[in-house]
Amino acid sequence: MDWGSVFIDGILATIGPVTAAYAISAIGLNLQFGYAGLLNFGHVAFMLVGAYGMAITVELGGPLWLGIIVGILIAAFLGFLLGLPTLRLRADYLAITTIAAAEAIRLVVRSSWAQPLTNGVFGIQGFADSFFDLNPFPPAELYGIGSLIVTGRKLWVMIVGWTIAVLLTLLIRRLINSPWGRVLKAIREDEDATTSLGKNVFAYKLQALMIGGAIGGIAGMLLAIEQQNVTPDAYLPQVTFILYVIVILGGAGTILGPIVGAVVFQFLFFTVDALMVNAQGSIGWVGDLLTPAAAGQVKLVLVGVGMMVLMIFRPQGILGSREEALIDER
Amino acid sequence: MNGDHPMLGIAPEPGVHKPDPVLVANDLQRSFGGLRAVDVKHLEIQRHTVTSLIGPNGAGKTTLFNLLTGFDTPDFGEWHLNGGPLVGIAAFQVARRGMVRTFQLTRSLARLTVMNNMLVAAKDNKGEGLWGALTGGWHATEQANEARANELLERFGLEHMADEFAGSLSGGQRKLLEMARALMMNPEVVMLDEPMAGVNPALTQSLLTHITGLRDSGKTVIFVEHDMDVVQEISDWVVVMAEGRVIAEGRPEEIAQNRTVIDAYLGEHHGEAAS
Repeated sequence: MDWGSVFIDGILATIGPVTAAYAISAIGLNLQFGYAGLLNFGHVAFMLVGAYGMAITVELGGPLWLGIIVGILIAAFLGFLLGLPTLRLRADYLAITTIAAAEAIRLVVRSSWAQPLTNGVFGIQGFADSFFDLNPFPPAELYGIGSLIVTGRKLWVMIVGWTIAVLLTLLIRRLINSPWGRVLKAIREDEDATTSLGKNVFAYKLQALMIGGAIGGIAGMLLAIEQQNVTPDAYLPQVTFILYVIVILGGAGTILGPIVGAVVFQFLFFTVDALMVNAQGSIGWVGDLLTPAAAGQVKLVLVGVGMMVLMIFRPQGILGSREEALIDER
Repeated sequence: MNGDHPMLGIAPEPGVHKPDPVLVANDLQRSFGGLRAVDVKHLEIQRHTVTSLIGPNGAGKTTLFNLLTGFDTPDFGEWHLNGGPLVGIAAFQVARRGMVRTFQLTRSLARLTVMNNMLVAAKDNKGEGLWGALTGGWHATEQANEARANELLERFGLEHMADEFAGSLSGGQRKLLEMARALMMNPEVVMLDEPMAGVNPALTQSLLTHITGLRDSGKTVIFVEHDMDVVQEISDWVVVMAEGRVIAEGRPEEIAQNRTVIDAYLGEHHGEAAS
């Protein structure tokens, strides 16, 4: 069994652009869920509308930069639309509305009715050429240290992706450490009390939902750019729940939690994946026991067990404070 | 207070006019299904006094509080603060206009520090806007607020807890924090919903001192209370509610002898079915 290549595969996936996109999306969800206490169970929809907003703009002949702006604005607007009727009500209403809206949007996008614009189930391809034109690295060239090797194309997306993740983290840090962020945390603790202190709770929640949504849109665009492809079925509800796992794993309501959560989750996921593939090839009885399809299931089971162990020993997440987690409500 | 009782000479009857009312309510009604929770014909609250609102369970005291502070919407009626109508005004706006409430069950912001509980209540911090938060320039306001918060925390004996999470305070300390936090807003009217509930007797005395202290520093206090002894001790005026209506008003010693009030309290044991 080749342990070296197992870890190399795991690490490569961990530092890759997909992890950066998950980290970015989780930053948006963390603002909503971790800081404002909003139960947004349709975060994937923000990624979808961001990516499609960009792809369709380019498809209609607009430049990519305009597409990116459109994607961000549409994602923020989706937050506005979902928040307007629900944020005055109890928290459950936002949860139900977002989870339903996310699926409704995906189904509409993939329907034949929307095909003229979205190209239905086939999606839209090849809209990010101008992004790769900016790539200073020859795309086919290999870069890396030791066995960690990536192509110039991937390196470019990685650098852009992680730079955005760092910039957004700095933005969130500035917001959260301001009085604005303090009001947000107060709302998470107790809406009525915060209202009684003269704060417009609804406006703050709407702002958090829109900003977090826009960040989700950025993540969706990064994923789409990396693959030069948007298809509706990449935005299944489980993406939202993976993002929740990432946020809670890293520590909800912590600045670096989303990045740490994304890195740890992806590392666990892809290392286990590489491990299964490797074991199938090199250990006889494993190969006999597990078909490739079954290995996919076992991988999820192992990742699930890993998550459970982490949650048992660190319910507050990797970066969360134990003291804070132990405080009872009221 | 100097010498004379401030409310001397005002007739002890429901809906009586006061010389200088800060808060006036007319025909305030709120029903839950078939139950008329609040039905107040006319009520005036005199400025710079401690007015207590008493009545048996289910009398509508908390509902009245919710209505007056915008946390609930009446079916009918109007009320105003300093002559400014409050009908249709959102709860957070009512608070900004100077009428701040606390809750029956203490609402400390558990995972914020005591100091942050105080600071979040301060008014007019431009860092609370999204633009201000991004561009900065709120640190001077913050420092001034911190100084004021420290003064208040000292007054309420919580200064040593400033950096602890509010969730780690004892029940009594949370009551004190809630009161101190309300004062951070510099309110004109402070509405306390059962500030003594669940507080040990030793702390009750200190809370009472704080309440009269509020009045003496120029605020109007309205508070809901069950304990008649407490009410007798610190109120300038007592408003008695039963089944949603104001059944009596008067100075504490007048209320203690009021036949209707005694009946309402005793009747509690018979006519509880409605609540």
